[in-house]
Amino acid sequence: MLHLTIEFSGGAELLFGNVKKHQVELNNDTKWTIRELLVWIKDNLLKHKPEMFLQDETIRPGILILVNDSDWDLLGNLSYELNDNDNVTFISTLHGG
Amino acid sequence: MPVNCIRCNQNRAILKRPKTGDAMCKECFFFVFEEEIHKTITDAKLFKPGEKIGIGASGGKDSTVLAYVLKTLNERYNYGVELVLLSVDEGITGYRDDSLESVKRNQIEYNLPLKVITYEELYGWTMDEIVKKVGRKNNCTFCGVFRRQALDRGGLILGVNKLVTGHNADDIAETIFMNILRGDIGRLQRCTSITTGNEGAIPRCKPFKYTYEKEIVMYAYFKKLDYFSTECVYSPNAYRGNARMFIKDLEAIRARSIIDIIHSGEKLAVKKDAKLPIQGTCERCGYISSMNLCKACNLLEGLNKGLPKLGIGKTDRLRKQYNLSPAYSLNSSMANLSLKSSQLSLNSEKDCNCDCGENSEKSCSNQAKNSNNQLNNKLETIVDLNF
Ligand SMILES: [Zn+2]
Ligand SMILES: [Zn+2]
Repeated sequence: MLHLTIEFSGGAELLFGNVKKHQVELNNDTKWTIRELLVWIKDNLLKHKPEMFLQDETIRPGILILVNDSDWDLLGNLSYELNDNDNVTFISTLHGG
Repeated sequence: MPVNCIRCNQNRAILKRPKTGDAMCKECFFFVFEEEIHKTITDAKLFKPGEKIGIGASGGKDSTVLAYVLKTLNERYNYGVELVLLSVDEGITGYRDDSLESVKRNQIEYNLPLKVITYEELYGWTMDEIVKKVGRKNNCTFCGVFRRQALDRGGLILGVNKLVTGHNADDIAETIFMNILRGDIGRLQRCTSITTGNEGAIPRCKPFKYTYEKEIVMYAYFKKLDYFSTECVYSPNAYRGNARMFIKDLEAIRARSIIDIIHSGEKLAVKKDAKLPIQGTCERCGYISSMNLCKACNLLEGLNKGLPKLGIGKTDRLRKQYNLSPAYSLNSSMANLSLKSSQLSLNSEKDCNCDCGENSEKSCSNQAKNSNNQLNNKLETIVDLNF
């Protein structure tokens, strides 16, 4: 199994029943990239308003993604292949200033 | 495959900077982030020693990072200014209560004095009460007009020389775009300047003018700064929301877009013969206004007389019907204020304004110039469509 810690902050947690930290296990028969993870999150964790989280099959612009505290822009974005015990953080920049 | 920091070439990079595309480690990112804001402050000569500076503090990410960075820079570079936090309590149950708690934690942590000014003490109405009267359609109009004045009035009470706000590059790009769509030539001129409102009111400065929202949020995240984030419980401004998403979509395609829009906005100059609104003062409260009654007094009169529609749109007939003194523009004809594309032009500045490092426009091969021209062409199209 692939063990991941998924965290939401900056207001993104409001889409996930106000729960900031989620421990999840994924079946690792196939490889998991962020692309597949986003769809899995939409189907399994997201409580409402999918359009506030995904747009055109990627993350909605304005939500930042970090993997193990590194900007996903440095890691190949959607095609980053997840490893066991990765920590994936989503931070919304779109909420209240 | 970890990427190394472009600056120190030692530590693992944690962030790709949107403005430059540089990969940087945490420590180098903190350093350049703070130094760029220091440069913005010193280039624009925002502070003089001995000044008292009011920081508009909402408890959100921008103002929290602003308070932290200004305190850091004031100590590092001996600006010699006195920093105070100034918060506005609109009286929205459940929204402001939580964000004010976060401002209060910052006050203690950063050891800065805090003044909270409430709509109730200023206007006699809380936002909750106003929403009960006006419903949820126009409440953002009331809240926005009242908040603007509240910061000024709070600043007067505190005796500050200047107000600083956390408006960032994304906010400014969005505002430029909205002012173009509305054809608001006066605001289009003003919204790109780093300091506004020098005449009469307390000057307002935007030290984050060139700072990307992504970097502000990343800075807060890696510094573990405590801020509050939520949507206002009363409906957000849909029009502004769309403009925001447009800016974010552009950023996703090409991260430099935001800074390029700001540079384009700065270069849009209003020709001398264009008529701009005359700024007078409100006959009731003395606040700067282009009408005999300022927007806040107008809205307030409506609330107090049970006519909440007063002050929204054209209300001459309403005022006459209820025997209220007329509200009129201090300008002879508002028709002169419409934006005409012929009144806009690009500054023919010789120095290159992009980051290419060249001193003259000619030697710069950067796209920024081209995108300026392209945007200007688009501007003309949009303006022509509107009128
Ligand atoms: Zn470094
Ligand atoms: Zn007034």
